[in-house]
Amino acid sequence: MTAASPAFQDNFANALLDADRAVPEAVTSHTARTPRKRFAVYRNNVIVGLVQALREQFPAIEKIVGEEFFAAMARVYVVNEPPRSPILIDYGNGFPGFIARFEPAAELPYLADVARLEIARTRAYHAADATSLNPAHWNGLDPAALADTRATLHPSLQILRSRYPVVTIWEMNAGGIEPASIEDCEAENALIVRPHFDVEVRRLPAGGAAFLHALAMGASLGEAATSAAAETPAFDLAANLAGLIGAGLATALHCTTAHKDIAP
Amino acid sequence: MISASGLPASAGVGFKPQHFADIIGGDQPIGFVEVHAENYMGAGGPPHAQLAALRERYALSVHGVGLSIGGAAALDAEHLSRLKTLCDRYQPARFSEHLAWSSHGDVFYNDLLPLPYTEQTLARIVEHIDRVQTTLRREMLLENPSTYLAFVESTIPETEFLAEIAYRSGCGLLLDVNNVFVSAKNHGTDPSSYLAAFPIARVKEIHLGGHEEQADDEGAPLLIDAHGSPVADPVWALYESVIARTGPLATLIEWDNDVPAWPQLASEARAANAILDRAANARAA
Repeated sequence: MTAASPAFQDNFANALLDADRAVPEAVTSHTARTPRKRFAVYRNNVIVGLVQALREQFPAIEKIVGEEFFAAMARVYVVNEPPRSPILIDYGNGFPGFIARFEPAAELPYLADVARLEIARTRAYHAADATSLNPAHWNGLDPAALADTRATLHPSLQILRSRYPVVTIWEMNAGGIEPASIEDCEAENALIVRPHFDVEVRRLPAGGAAFLHALAMGASLGEAATSAAAETPAFDLAANLAGLIGAGLATALHCTTAHKDIAP
Repeated sequence: MISASGLPASAGVGFKPQHFADIIGGDQPIGFVEVHAENYMGAGGPPHAQLAALRERYALSVHGVGLSIGGAAALDAEHLSRLKTLCDRYQPARFSEHLAWSSHGDVFYNDLLPLPYTEQTLARIVEHIDRVQTTLRREMLLENPSTYLAFVESTIPETEFLAEIAYRSGCGLLLDVNNVFVSAKNHGTDPSSYLAAFPIARVKEIHLGGHEEQADDEGAPLLIDAHGSPVADPVWALYESVIARTGPLATLIEWDNDVPAWPQLASEARAANAILDRAANARAA
């Protein structure tokens, strides 16, 4: 095997993520046969670069656990689950699952959900563009046809169900509101969407997650309301419709019974 | 002035979203912007909205950092197709990549890693560049690396290696003058001799950036290509010597870490423009 063979690259690549491995025999320098510090520059670039990519994607997690803990946790993730694609905007996808299994963070059981919320924000930021319907578009719909109408939801829209007050925790650590102790530790479901330029994070009303999920699966508004009410008796159709219309969550409406399509 | 490269022979900057309002708003000392291809591979959102707006106003250079052209494995077909989609969508004046590898096995290391210069690696890289140019249906530029160590098995000097790649594949070269300085200091060689041996006729774009000074285990200089500070004076001097030979060329200021407010980046661009203007005047005289 020559230095250019995959075997050479194996040695170089494996030593990058494992500081206990020796500097590869194939490398040298004009000052020393085994250039430890020079090889360490590459090790450092790889680890620091990937930890930095995670810092940028998970600012609330870093705020919650502190810079030092975050860096240590991210480093373990990088070494054990390095990226499999050159598209680093996807690299955080495995981080919430890793956090959930990361023993030293076990006393913060909500942490993985906050990370899921941050992933959803990244996805919404990069999602395909689409023009949302405004309330005037909805006015074109006959109220009698509403139950049979299906909505196309914005491609950036994501729903996060949590057992924790995930939106409140996120807001307190993303600069929106001041951190305070959370008296009312109620579960919150989050809506993450980018109807225009900015990514929005909202608290879903009761049954909102089930309602939007059903719409995303192709249910009509009537069917979606039924399944949301079945899951959550407190489901309030008016409040949920107001959210759907006011927040620009739909990009098109389609009513088979009234033979009507509404698009921006 | 539009040079043969398709990019204007003036200063440009590596685009950072925090500078968008400055760049798009006023009259700025730049003729083009360069973006890292991998940051624009999402479907939509603000990155594409900004890139489309920049493309209307400035010439565009797309710079890949994830193709792993110097790797032993075949190029990632999926990634190449993403690059094609991006180039088709924005029709940049230039596409460039690095003499380096960044992926191995199924892992992406997110760094520009070095390789030995041998007949075998040369042939592999020429194959890879052929594939890129055939897929993208355009000439690409290959950038000289900054390196911190050498390989026992290298048999071909870097300048000769790049010349041979350009000759066999027909690609152009992107000359990073800071990389020349960093590598020369790191290997105890002379950057001017490197430039004298460089296949300068193939150069269609220049990169300039800042570096950081450290020392190796033996106390010898170890310069890090950190892109987090102004271009160093000796690098400006080398740049001026290159431009005196080539005439004005598209020149990018790279500043990727500890990114300053726009005025400081604009002043680096003005410094490059001053050197380009002097060279143009000297030629006209």
